Amino acid sequence: MDLITLRSIEKTYQMGDISVPVLKGISLSIRQGELVALTGSSGSGKSTLMNILGCLDHPTAGEYWLDGQEVSKLSADERALLRNRKLGFVFQSFNLLARTSAIENVAMPLSYSAENLSERQARERAAEMLVRVGLADRLEHHPSQLSGGQQQRVAIARALINRPPVLFADEPTGNLDSRTSEEVLQMFERLNTEDGITIIMVTHDPKVAGHAKRMIRMDDGVILDDAAPAGTSSKTPGDAP
Amino acid sequence: MRVYTTARTAFRALRRNPMRAMLTTLGIVIGVGAVIAMMEIGAGASAALKKTIASMGANVLVIRPGTASSGGVSFGAGSTTTLTPEDSQAILRECPSVRNAAPMVRARTQVVYGNRNWVPNAIYGTTPAYLDVQDWSILAEGEPFTDRDVLNGNRVCILGQSLVRELFEGVSPVGREIRIKNITFKVIGVLTPKGANMMGFDQDDVVLAPWTTIKYRVTGASLATSNQSSTAATDSVNTLSNLYPTAQRSLYPERSSVQQANNPMPVRFANIDQIMAAANSSAEIAMAIDQIGGVLRERHRIRGEEPDDFNIRDMAELTKTLSTTTALMTNLLLAVAMISLVVGGVGIMNIMLVSVTERTREIGLRMAVGARGRDILRQFLVEAVVLCLTGGAMGIVLGHGGSLLVQVLLKWPVETSPAAIATAVLVSAGVGIIFGFYPAWKASRLDPIEALRYE
Ligand SMILES: Nc1ncnc2c1ncn2[C@@H]1O[C@H](COP(=O)(O)OP(=O)(O)O)[C@@H](O)[C@H]1O
Ligand SMILES: [Mg+2]
Repeated sequence: MDLITLRSIEKTYQMGDISVPVLKGISLSIRQGELVALTGSSGSGKSTLMNILGCLDHPTAGEYWLDGQEVSKLSADERALLRNRKLGFVFQSFNLLARTSAIENVAMPLSYSAENLSERQARERAAEMLVRVGLADRLEHHPSQLSGGQQQRVAIARALINRPPVLFADEPTGNLDSRTSEEVLQMFERLNTEDGITIIMVTHDPKVAGHAKRMIRMDDGVILDDAAPAGTSSKTPGDAP
Repeated sequence: MRVYTTARTAFRALRRNPMRAMLTTLGIVIGVGAVIAMMEIGAGASAALKKTIASMGANVLVIRPGTASSGGVSFGAGSTTTLTPEDSQAILRECPSVRNAAPMVRARTQVVYGNRNWVPNAIYGTTPAYLDVQDWSILAEGEPFTDRDVLNGNRVCILGQSLVRELFEGVSPVGREIRIKNITFKVIGVLTPKGANMMGFDQDDVVLAPWTTIKYRVTGASLATSNQSSTAATDSVNTLSNLYPTAQRSLYPERSSVQQANNPMPVRFANIDQIMAAANSSAEIAMAIDQIGGVLRERHRIRGEEPDDFNIRDMAELTKTLSTTTALMTNLLLAVAMISLVVGGVGIMNIMLVSVTERTREIGLRMAVGARGRDILRQFLVEAVVLCLTGGAMGIVLGHGGSLLVQVLLKWPVETSPAAIATAVLVSAGVGIIFGFYPAWKASRLDPIEALRYE
């Protein structure tokens, strides 16, 4: 079954009297366990689409089915709950809390989860996540004491702390050099193949997109094409638009 | 668990900028400190007031001759126009609400011991009941005089602490002799210290003696000429009369022995300056006043509409006035302190607003990972409350320290009040909630996407 299904998603921003259509009818589906790269020129609406996929925003029109649930009409609180339970986010600019240790940064989403873990359990879980992203020896480091790649790995650990089935990454390597980018991408691949986490990442770097099994190209609010990137064998790509 | 986590998060957030947190909370520290200090000093003042009132004798009623008789107006032969020791006895006998009553005459003159002399505030002639009325029965030294001493007009006295200090320089005076107007008195006891009363009157600067002795020997009034009320009282304030200590102003010519024999005085009475009575309890003061009024009107043969020739005052009115004044002052200062709390609250609001703006991205991030609007609201609210409570705790320490300092340096009475501390905690939490709400509400209303994009 498809994990994510979009049907003619539209997003129009209202700027005073004029309306700016940013997404003009996006339809796609993504299965459980896919690693999808979303590419396209700047301003083509990738981030806007990601925000809708990530339940941070709702579309102006269209349907969005996530894990068998129509989520485009959910209230803000319901979307918050969904984000906490089912979605993980990795941002271009890491967005770690300054002057806060890595382990506390990672444990932060737990305080909004319904699980009600104790302080100790939360720290244990966070430490486990940091071990998984290869930062076992950096638990108490503050963001300013970590390299960019390490910071992004802390952010990935934070995104995974609630064990979401889907991970969204909007230009996760945008602020990293090529070597650390490679590390982060390999981590994505590993999470995808070993843990079966569905990953959707935005990038405009073809090299980065090369790590994905499926590449969706956008331009001016529509999907141009949707296929396995050249030189990569992939499972069945999603339905063509 | 939830609240605990939120509080921890708040503490962490505040610890990221400790200097600013300190400065922000300074207003609350000062406000709460002022409130605590005011309440402790106020409580101390009212406790001191209560003690003073108690030292003046709890539930004491003072019965004085009324204006109708204070001018020396005679009401004719045979009528007892002024207060007499018998009135005092009658009051004690016939008023069930009166615990005890003592007649009093006053004198103000020099007391001499050896080559030292001193003019005490008051020389009271009374009965042993006076000590009971004033709750002064336990003496520091020696024995009180007895009813027999009163009956016989014995020349014995009890000294207040101030006299011991002035005349005897702290040496025990019991058994020594002092002279009052050239009459020798044997000191048989020393009163316990009471301190100044609320009018600043030194209650220890007093000599107590049998009223008969003071009346007939010291003020020198004879039975026949003492018919005019307040003679002693008038003398006692007229310092000129000290020049001629034994001179009497008698309105009537002395009666010759023939006149005495032909027309004997039908009633032998001595007027006294006042009667002090103690009611059984503060609840019975009003009843006691009623009963005393009835007894005295009957004894003074005052009929129907005629006005009283005496008046009865209780300490309650004075006490009320004084405690109202104290309470008023305390409340006034408290109001000022409260205003500084409000100012402190505005400071908190200001900084919380800055903080919300500064941490817009953090708020966006928290929302992205699942925080609902109300989670954000609670977080910032708790942060404001934690800030205020921390400030409140420091304020309590500061205020308490301040009031202790006042106690040590200015010798003001101060009383630690748990109520003040509880109030301070509640008020600072309240200030945190009231002034933290708007910033927290603003934070909770942020749009996650815009917040994440905020630079
Ligand atoms: N809040 C907004 N209000 C108005 N226009 C917006 C808003 N957010 C994005 N846009 C517009 O939508 C278009 C797509 O933006 P975005 O999705 O960020 O592009 P990309 O991430 O592909 O570079 C841009 O032209 C941008 O100006
Ligand atoms: Mg973008």
